[in-house]
Amino acid sequence: MAFISSGYNPDKPMGNRITDIGPRKYDEFYPPIIKANKGKWKYHQILEPGVLVHVSETGDKVFTVRCGGARLMSVTHIREICDIADKYCGGHLRFTTRNNVEFMADSLDKANALKADLESRKFAGGSFKFPVGGTGAGISNIVHTQGWIHCHTPATDASGPVKAAMDVLFDDFKSMRLPAHLRVSLACCLNMCGAVHCSDIAILGFHRKPPMLDHEYLDKMCEIPLAIAACPTAAIRPSKVELANGKTVNSVAVKNERCMFCGNCYTMCPSMPLADDVGDGIVLMVGGKVSNRISMPKFSKVVVAFIPNEAPRWPTTTETIKKIVDVYAKDANKYERLGEWAERIGWERFFDKCELEFTHHLIDDFRDSAYYTWRQSSQFKF
Amino acid sequence: MAKHATPLLDQLESGPWPSFVSDLKQEAESRAKNEKGVEHQIPQDVCEDILGILELSYKHGRTHWKHGGIVGVFGYGGGVIGRYCDQPEMFPGVAHFHTLRINQPGGKFYNTKFLRQLCDLWDFRGSGMTNMHGSTGDIVLLGTTTPQLEEIFHTITHDMNQDLGGSGSNLRTPSDCIGQARCEYACYDTQDLCYALTMEYQDELHRPAFPYKFKFKFDGCPNCCVASIARSDMSFIGTWKDDIRIDKKAVAAYVGGEIPPNAGAHSGRDWGKFDIVKEVINLCPTKCMSYEGGKLSINNRECTRCMHCINVMPQALRIGNEKGVSILVGAKAPILDGAQMGSLLVPFVKVEEPYDKIKEVIEAIWDWWMEEGKNRERLGELIKRQGFQKLLEATGIKAIPQHVKEPRTNPYIFWKEDEVKGGWDRDINEFRKHHQR
Repeated sequence: MAFISSGYNPDKPMGNRITDIGPRKYDEFYPPIIKANKGKWKYHQILEPGVLVHVSETGDKVFTVRCGGARLMSVTHIREICDIADKYCGGHLRFTTRNNVEFMADSLDKANALKADLESRKFAGGSFKFPVGGTGAGISNIVHTQGWIHCHTPATDASGPVKAAMDVLFDDFKSMRLPAHLRVSLACCLNMCGAVHCSDIAILGFHRKPPMLDHEYLDKMCEIPLAIAACPTAAIRPSKVELANGKTVNSVAVKNERCMFCGNCYTMCPSMPLADDVGDGIVLMVGGKVSNRISMPKFSKVVVAFIPNEAPRWPTTTETIKKIVDVYAKDANKYERLGEWAERIGWERFFDKCELEFTHHLIDDFRDSAYYTWRQSSQFKF
Repeated sequence: MAKHATPLLDQLESGPWPSFVSDLKQEAESRAKNEKGVEHQIPQDVCEDILGILELSYKHGRTHWKHGGIVGVFGYGGGVIGRYCDQPEMFPGVAHFHTLRINQPGGKFYNTKFLRQLCDLWDFRGSGMTNMHGSTGDIVLLGTTTPQLEEIFHTITHDMNQDLGGSGSNLRTPSDCIGQARCEYACYDTQDLCYALTMEYQDELHRPAFPYKFKFKFDGCPNCCVASIARSDMSFIGTWKDDIRIDKKAVAAYVGGEIPPNAGAHSGRDWGKFDIVKEVINLCPTKCMSYEGGKLSINNRECTRCMHCINVMPQALRIGNEKGVSILVGAKAPILDGAQMGSLLVPFVKVEEPYDKIKEVIEAIWDWWMEEGKNRERLGELIKRQGFQKLLEATGIKAIPQHVKEPRTNPYIFWKEDEVKGGWDRDINEFRKHHQR
């Protein structure tokens, strides 16, 4: 493969250079019906799972068909999406915050044809390419991070557990039987590029072993003061270490009992890896939300301290999630989010009903905020 | 015949949900066939090696990617994330596998011309694999080599009129909800505010000068579909000041069962006949609504705009006319000092071009944070360390009860000298005249 220039001249990097132009302006990409009715929408209705109609004050209607997909997407797949948009939607489409694809049509007939077309397309391996759903009181697509496909700090994979979880939750993607919508998110480490800490159900990758120390290379690869400063619990201190060859080098020492396994040191210093096949796994958190509807936004709470990484399909993780969803579906009141339900029945009852074991790991002992989560009352349920 | 056997990944091809493994295999096959005769600028079998290295991670239970090196395009400090694998001999196709973040358009609306251009570029100069989209909102182009970076940047800026997004200690790519483009709840034009601020702060976006990352997100209403309140240093949430608009006829239609509640969101189960008192009036968090004698009334002064009643009866109730935005600050994920939700700073400001009132708040916050923030300290952590009062001082905003859920429960007020008459210089000898040692 011969190198082909784009026109860029490395000898004159500033020659003819274009910078700071930002993204394309949003309205360049609006379908005509969106452009004509922006700010005039009156109401919407979900006609069936995955199909919405928005009605404008002008009387115009736009029919949206929403379908799920992996956010890891090939150009071949995107071109197929483009073919569909060209055929039914005048060459327009959009993506949602939760990695769904939305096709917008100007008539219900077109939307129905589009839906049938989308549902008929399958990958060679047998899975749907464009399952229609993800609306209303159901489960939409899982937002997630990179995991083992592209990241250096993950404690679990992202695309794999998401695929496995969505297979198990598929019926709830395709239907609207839940008391309220239920948002599932995955972050493969607590850096949380995906910010899963306010989700109804959060799947979080977590390390459980303190960093290994690559003494021979540590001082060469890292700024030791930065590694020390990176530790939130001050567990890292400078130290001199004698190597097997008798040479003394500058390195660090870690007070293992103070380590909270956040991996921040590894982010600053590649000679302190934490990853471990046994140590790493999944934390399940539930009951968070970002909407201000009825109750205030809430953080998710840790309800399962650890599940091993069971590649390739993470069965314990997905079965536990399915169990929580089913108990919630059966027990919660209409409009009640998972966290609101857990608070109403009490967390002791939540563990009871979901048949989850409560262990000491689930009692907060991190900083001042821990106190506010203990029970300062004689009110509790047996 | 696949280059690497992937018995573990193959198990992720079954089941109904779209399989990323099948898609990777499809791309690997498409590159191998190369029907269009593309002169691939990075190894043609790159997708085979992605599958191979991922299979190895499935076997080992650990990632095989190393820390990013410092790579980028000339004059920018963000937008490119360097990535190398730790088994380059086994997987030469992904030995260098850098990511580019491309600033997504507002509302993530596209036309197919743009997307096809992007696909052609990524076929030609990259792995052919993307994220649509990354968590912050960017289009993520996964996997290319260092010599391609300037070429890609040249092509997107010259041929596509398109720029990179943010990474590192800079303004991260701002993102927005669908807003007024297709939502009746949107209280302001999220896409225009997002675009205007993205353009205004291009320098902050491309050239890291902050203590750490900084995120803007724009939610059109308190439903918060882009989760700005949980994950942006500055969260812009649409709201309104006046009365919820009531369409009496439509209320009657909901009560009479002619319109399904909550826009049909609950149609997957028989919840029984719609009961306005049980489902709306009694669930109102401020109990500011009543339904008597077939008449719905709202005491709007007591309403906190939670959206529940509007969500349940979108055809009968609409957001008010006097619309604006609430600004909340300091949200972040748990690393390091624990998760923080955004805290209300500006209860209401009108969203009017050129958005100067909003820019004033932003720039005052940045001045304070750049002066006082420690390396890798998010805004929320600085607010916690120095106190909400310091944030008010820095922004020149007066304290009001809306800033708190409740007043403090301890009296340890850090009185300032000028707040206490006479100041702090006192004469101990004068004191001793009346108080023996």
